[in-house]
Amino acid sequence: MLEAKNLEFYYQENQKFNIPDILLKPGEQLLIIGASGSGKTTILNMLGGLLKPLKGEINIDGTSLYSLSGAKLDKFRGKNIGIIFQKPHILAPLTVEENLKLANFFSGKNSDKIDGILKELGIFEKKKSRVNTLSEGEAQRVSIARALANSPKLILADEPTASLDDANAATVVKLLKEQAEKFNAALVIVTHDQRVKDHISNQITMGGVA
Amino acid sequence: MNMLKLSWKYLISKPLNTGLNILLLALGLAIITVLILIQDQFENKMTKDAQGIDLVVGAKGSPLQLILSSVYHIDFPTGNIEMDDAAPLLRNRLIKNVIPLGLGDNYQGYRIVGTNYDYLDLYEAGLQEGQRWEKPFEVVLGHEVATKLDLKVGDNFVGSHGIGSSSHEHDEHPYTITGILEPMNNVLDKLVLTSIESVWYTHDEDHDHSKFEAKVATTGFPDPGDEDRELTSLLVQYRNPMAAVQLPRMINSRTNLQAASPSFEISRLFELLGIGVKLIQGLAFVIIVIAGLSIFIALFNSLKERKYDLAVMRTLGASSGQLFFHIVLEGVILTFLGAVVGMGMGHLFLSIIVSLNEQGAVSSLSASVFLVEELYILAYAIIVGILASLIPAWNAYQTDIAKQLTKS
Repeated sequence: MLEAKNLEFYYQENQKFNIPDILLKPGEQLLIIGASGSGKTTILNMLGGLLKPLKGEINIDGTSLYSLSGAKLDKFRGKNIGIIFQKPHILAPLTVEENLKLANFFSGKNSDKIDGILKELGIFEKKKSRVNTLSEGEAQRVSIARALANSPKLILADEPTASLDDANAATVVKLLKEQAEKFNAALVIVTHDQRVKDHISNQITMGGVA
Repeated sequence: MNMLKLSWKYLISKPLNTGLNILLLALGLAIITVLILIQDQFENKMTKDAQGIDLVVGAKGSPLQLILSSVYHIDFPTGNIEMDDAAPLLRNRLIKNVIPLGLGDNYQGYRIVGTNYDYLDLYEAGLQEGQRWEKPFEVVLGHEVATKLDLKVGDNFVGSHGIGSSSHEHDEHPYTITGILEPMNNVLDKLVLTSIESVWYTHDEDHDHSKFEAKVATTGFPDPGDEDRELTSLLVQYRNPMAAVQLPRMINSRTNLQAASPSFEISRLFELLGIGVKLIQGLAFVIIVIAGLSIFIALFNSLKERKYDLAVMRTLGASSGQLFFHIVLEGVILTFLGAVVGMGMGHLFLSIIVSLNEQGAVSSLSASVFLVEELYILAYAIIVGILASLIPAWNAYQTDIAKQLTKS
């Protein structure tokens, strides 16, 4: 499902990130823990097709991610990878529903699953709301919903709990796990948040700069 | 959800900014619309009114004034001419027809024109009601005169001396309406037409009632009898192209009269007006450029705040080409709306100008005419939109997603 081998990346040549190989089957979950600057987000960006590694290969569902180029990579990402950020980053001019529809539009999928996803995440009644009327926890759930809108095979979450209180953080992790299992998707969470550790047993700790 | 809707949502999320940009562009385009409409209609009307009139002969003075007063009935006549001076023209072999005009009176600001049936035939004027005049003091009204003043066949009215609506009334000789013209959409609509004799007799001191019963001349010049009679001007039709070369020079140099060519004078007039039109056009152009700049700045500024949104769109599967299109579309929607609003405003302005001018040259304009040139305005506006959004769109195209998402 997800296979990352011999990845290499650095911003400065004397500060190479030590990046472990990753192998995940559908439905498997992985927690990447590490301090700030250890390259967690860099890994996530590479896995998400946002940042091309200097060396190595990433395969998702049998497709070599960086053999795709330009718009093809964008479409592949839209269809197969759902990304959740530390901040929700809901597009403010659009309603909750429109944010999800936009994800469907860009990946060319139809929008018949939206209501179901919103219901599962407990934000169905916020369907027509604008982002600025949502609480932080609700907004993060919307961003999860948007990541799930295209039924992705891989879900990537970058510090999804960092700006949430304990209760919301627990809910978000729980929802991510549930939904990943439901979609039979591989889930990778990158975090330095100790509260997440207990929820996922499969963990890698980034050792910082080699 | 589609690209159009997405761009639209972003536009209406900033209603003030968007509204201002649309308004600015609309203002520039409205001015251009008004100019195009006025210019087109004036030229059309002026050409139509002067159709079939090759030369106007009248008293010495400004040739433009002669044309304006005798063909378009908007300026004052240059003076009167003696019948004796005019008569030789009737026999000139270069001339096909001469239509005499006797001006000088009005009724409620509408000019009373003494002439003959040839004048009606020149414009192929048909009657909506009644018949043509046959005796002195019988008149045929232009359609607009009849409707605006609510006059019917059989009604009587008293003309006033002078071209404007003031001065004394000729109360001893009321006119009788015998006919009303069908709407002509030209200068006839605003005229009260009658025989030359009517105009003469109105101004006579003595009242010889026997001649009031005689039939008037329907073509050529009326018989002046033994009195010294005057005309205001003559509308001349050439018999052949040679006339255009010889006749004006002959009349201007060898007689007390002046000859002026409508087409020549009108093109001279447009040349004079052209300077003013160019100036306003320039102003409109400057406004449009500023509107373009304003749209550019608005898009460019909003892009700074939106870099993150754009990056998120990329993670959702949008290609950089789609983001480019997204920004260009915003510029194009803005300018498209600006053009539509601008054209609407242009037509509205014109209808206001027209409604403020009950009489005169402007009142004959119509605001409900749509021209092909207005499509050019639309195209022009959309080009402005594309140009203004090109650089912001290019920036959006080049957004580095990973970098953008990492710095929060």
